[in-house]
Amino acid sequence: MQRHLVRPVLLMIAFVLFMSTFVITAPSQAQTQPTPTPRPEVTPTRPRATPTPRPRRTPTPRPQAATPTAQPTAPAAWAPRQISGVALQGSGATFPNPLYQAWISVYKNVVPGVTISYQAVGSGQGQRDFIRYLTDFGGTDSALPADRIAAEAPDTLHVPMVIGAVVPTYNLPGLPAGTVLRFSPETLSGIYLGEITRWNDPKIVADNPGVPLPDLSITPVYRSDSSGTTAIWTDYLAKVSEAWRTRVGAGTTVRWPAGIGAPGNAGVAGTVVRTEGAIGYVEQAFAIGNRLPVPAVKNAAGNYVLPTPETVSAAAAGVTIPEDLRFSITNPQGANSYPIAGLTWILIRSQTYTDVPKAQALTDFLYWCLTEGQGAAVRLGYVQLPTEVRLKAMAQLNKVRVRGEQVFTTPPR
Amino acid sequence: MAQAQAARETFRERIAKRTQHGDGIFWGLTLFFALLVIVLVFAILWVTWSDSQQARERFGLAFFTSGEWNPVETEVNPVSFGAMPAIVGTLISSAIALILAAPVAIGIGIFLAELCPPAIRTPLSFMVELLAAIPSVIYGVWGVMVFAPFFTQNVARPMSETIGQIVPWLGGNVASGRGLLIAGIILSIMILPTIAAITRDVLTLVPNTQREVMLALGATRWEVIWLSVVPYARAGIIGAVMLGLGRALGETMAATMLVGNRPQVPETLFEPATTAAALVASELVNSQTLIHESALVLIALALFAITLLLNLSARLLIWYMNRGPVGRTRA
Amino acid sequence: MSLKSSASPNYSRRKAIDVMMRSLVFVATGLAIVPLVLIIGYVIVIGGGALNWEFFTDIYQPPMQVSMPDLGPIDPNDPFANLDLGSLVGGEPGTGQEGANDEKGADILEAPARGGVFHGIVGTLLITTVALIIATPIGIMAGIFLSEFPDNSVATTVRFASDVLSGAPSIIVGVTAYILIVNAKGADGQPLGFAGIAGSIALTFLMVPTITRTTEEVLKLVPEATREAALAMGATTWYSTFTVVVPTALSGIVTGVMLAFARGAGETAPLIMTVLGSNVLMTNLFEPMAALPLITYRYTESPFPSENTLAWGSAFVLMMLVLLVNILVRIATRNRLRMR
Repeated sequence: MQRHLVRPVLLMIAFVLFMSTFVITAPSQAQTQPTPTPRPEVTPTRPRATPTPRPRRTPTPRPQAATPTAQPTAPAAWAPRQISGVALQGSGATFPNPLYQAWISVYKNVVPGVTISYQAVGSGQGQRDFIRYLTDFGGTDSALPADRIAAEAPDTLHVPMVIGAVVPTYNLPGLPAGTVLRFSPETLSGIYLGEITRWNDPKIVADNPGVPLPDLSITPVYRSDSSGTTAIWTDYLAKVSEAWRTRVGAGTTVRWPAGIGAPGNAGVAGTVVRTEGAIGYVEQAFAIGNRLPVPAVKNAAGNYVLPTPETVSAAAAGVTIPEDLRFSITNPQGANSYPIAGLTWILIRSQTYTDVPKAQALTDFLYWCLTEGQGAAVRLGYVQLPTEVRLKAMAQLNKVRVRGEQVFTTPPR
Repeated sequence: MAQAQAARETFRERIAKRTQHGDGIFWGLTLFFALLVIVLVFAILWVTWSDSQQARERFGLAFFTSGEWNPVETEVNPVSFGAMPAIVGTLISSAIALILAAPVAIGIGIFLAELCPPAIRTPLSFMVELLAAIPSVIYGVWGVMVFAPFFTQNVARPMSETIGQIVPWLGGNVASGRGLLIAGIILSIMILPTIAAITRDVLTLVPNTQREVMLALGATRWEVIWLSVVPYARAGIIGAVMLGLGRALGETMAATMLVGNRPQVPETLFEPATTAAALVASELVNSQTLIHESALVLIALALFAITLLLNLSARLLIWYMNRGPVGRTRA
Repeated sequence: MSLKSSASPNYSRRKAIDVMMRSLVFVATGLAIVPLVLIIGYVIVIGGGALNWEFFTDIYQPPMQVSMPDLGPIDPNDPFANLDLGSLVGGEPGTGQEGANDEKGADILEAPARGGVFHGIVGTLLITTVALIIATPIGIMAGIFLSEFPDNSVATTVRFASDVLSGAPSIIVGVTAYILIVNAKGADGQPLGFAGIAGSIALTFLMVPTITRTTEEVLKLVPEATREAALAMGATTWYSTFTVVVPTALSGIVTGVMLAFARGAGETAPLIMTVLGSNVLMTNLFEPMAALPLITYRYTESPFPSENTLAWGSAFVLMMLVLLVNILVRIATRNRLRMR
């Protein structure tokens, strides 16, 4: 070999070897798709020990349904079709993201041939990507307005998946252990309007008699991206506060009078964790999962309620359910209802899918989530849909057609 | 023998015939790819120009001076697109970055070019250039997780409580840990190597006669540098600073993660704000209406045009400094 | 007469200024090294702590998982096996009762890191390599043009264009690629959508100037004598360029290509708009894919420790990639630099 070529060739070989160490040391793609063993790879001995000074909970047998409504199961004969080679792409809300990722992770064992990827980028981008045919399905906590549906995507179907509670979680050090604050609509709107600026403001003290609130400045945290959680939160504030309704309004993006922005439910939760004196609105799972307190909120009837499955289901009860399943459940009148809750939908198309296996895989997955998956929803801190809504959601799946042909039929009950 | 020679002749002739146009093809081929580079720039300009048409027609130049950025129609706030918050944020954060980085970077350039012992010159230069190679998202991660909490607690809070009482734009609530000041500081770290490397290069190009003359007159080493070498390279140093400014203006990821993403003109340096690049990066994928997208593309186009102009002026300055066309710079 | 008395009257002041300013610039250089050390140090320490075999070989695992009871035995050691968040929310507010939130959330927070970034590594390698394949011919040929035909208006414009591209805000190329590819209507009326190839094309814009500039530089360093010798042997210009000049400068060209690779691998903004990101391993370039900088960006602010660890770990991998390439390039070019 000619002398002057030696060094560059050696360099290139070194470069290629360096790059290939990443690829060669990994199993092939066929192996990374989990084989149908029930559990993902969990070795009892991990390289890193879990540092836990507190006693480990011994696993106790769990009641099959810890929920007020009956555990929904699909009729015994139904199982999703074993389709292979399909990749489903979705994007959207961060509100239900922990749940969707958990569902997707379990569904890999149920139908290994279908690869589902859901990117939590916010309801705004989810709606946009879906309408522009960039994704197969979208996730949103804010239903598309009727004029937008008519103008841009007339064949959109809203399939509600689960109800979630939006909690105004906070980071307030120095409170006695186990204390959880209570908020009234006036304090919440005052904080986010920038009128209440310190934690020992008389209004907050009035809500929490006997709790020693420190003299710390409040930093409200909101969503910097276009968000369905924001839509639920501002919808609630607009209903309970005239000042909010006239000065700020409701929507997926608003002009916030005070506070700082963070992207995604995760971003808001993370900012609250890292900022003393911060308060932020997140879906309940994000608060619990990060050891942030879940406060009680005063509802329209004057009672302070915590977001439990009972109170959130009560919020959804008694609401007239429209045919297209787009409705809001904030600030209901019930005595025991949690005031800040909302549905989250998956957007699918009823006529313009072109790929039959994809449409079949998608509808099967959604049906599975609406039946088998609802238990997982409860376990992660979300709330099941009321039976009537769930049945109507399943019926929506029947409307999906590819070139006129129906791809899914709800199994008979 | 003669026959073999004749055979070889024809072979060589055959090769020559086949490649007699080779040089022309060579010229054409390389010209094609070189023009492709120019085409890439034009592609960016054309694409952003055509996609921003709606915003340009509707708002005109007033787009850049109006101060309301409200992309989503609500009952209360009508839709309005004004780029002022983005522009103000970009200008202030870049100005902070320049004020902090330029003196330090020029000092580094002077040190590396003039005063550094030759043994450690190369490793030090390398380390300074390594700062430029670090991806900006890593600056963002480090800024958010490490620098922001430290800065808010130890610098911003005392500053706000002391100087902030006198100077209003240094006061106010610092709890957010985001804002133009912190974004400006991280930006200054990012543009430091750009300015330092170019300064070092232009200083090395200063002819030795400049130094020798001053030394002969009895100047101290610093006077040699400051009174003779640096003024000679003044144009090049200004060009370096302009290139650094261009990089600060266009920096996206670190700014998005540190500036707070609130599209309003802030009142203090500790309040969340936005920059043009951060606004486009965070809102373009969320935009719901065509006019919103068009307005964002218009901001991106303006940003590109400004960096283009800055590059052009910097290049002309460095060219003037070198008294000739410049082949490359270590931007 | 001693030297001191012949000195100018303000000599001591001038000397003081001299010493002060010289030490100031020395301190300035130290000031630049400090953030470098801090950044690299933090990323290595925290990011390095995230690395394990699972990190490199597994794909995304969500921080909160459930196990379906009818899908097989539950591992009693798995902290997520019996996670049951929904049935507990605090005691009576304001009364000081022990909130059960605390315990459950703690299990998520204290659980070991889950999942990995294998899909991100594969995605970054694929996208950047394809971008490199597109950018290298353009860059090398443009560099050859600039070195062989240097003094005309086209060459000046090309140099200017390449500098503009290298200094362009990365969001601009992302916007361009988004409009050109992701949004463009395909044959069936539906847009191509997010795709790895769109990200590759966006990265090409950023890689071409690096390769062009480096190629031109090294080709100019080849001594004229080499070219003349080749021409004297009867070779045509193109033949001598491709068989003599370019091979001589090959190591420099390769370093340019490697630098472009490192630059492309680290860019995030172009990928946000063109490659949506993915939680599964995807090797099809016409679908959304994962990429390391995207993972870093998306999970930085996440409060879940497992996702945070992913962000730091992928920052570590990116940083190592960039550092190693830069060090390799430096080693390869030190002879060339010494000669200058």
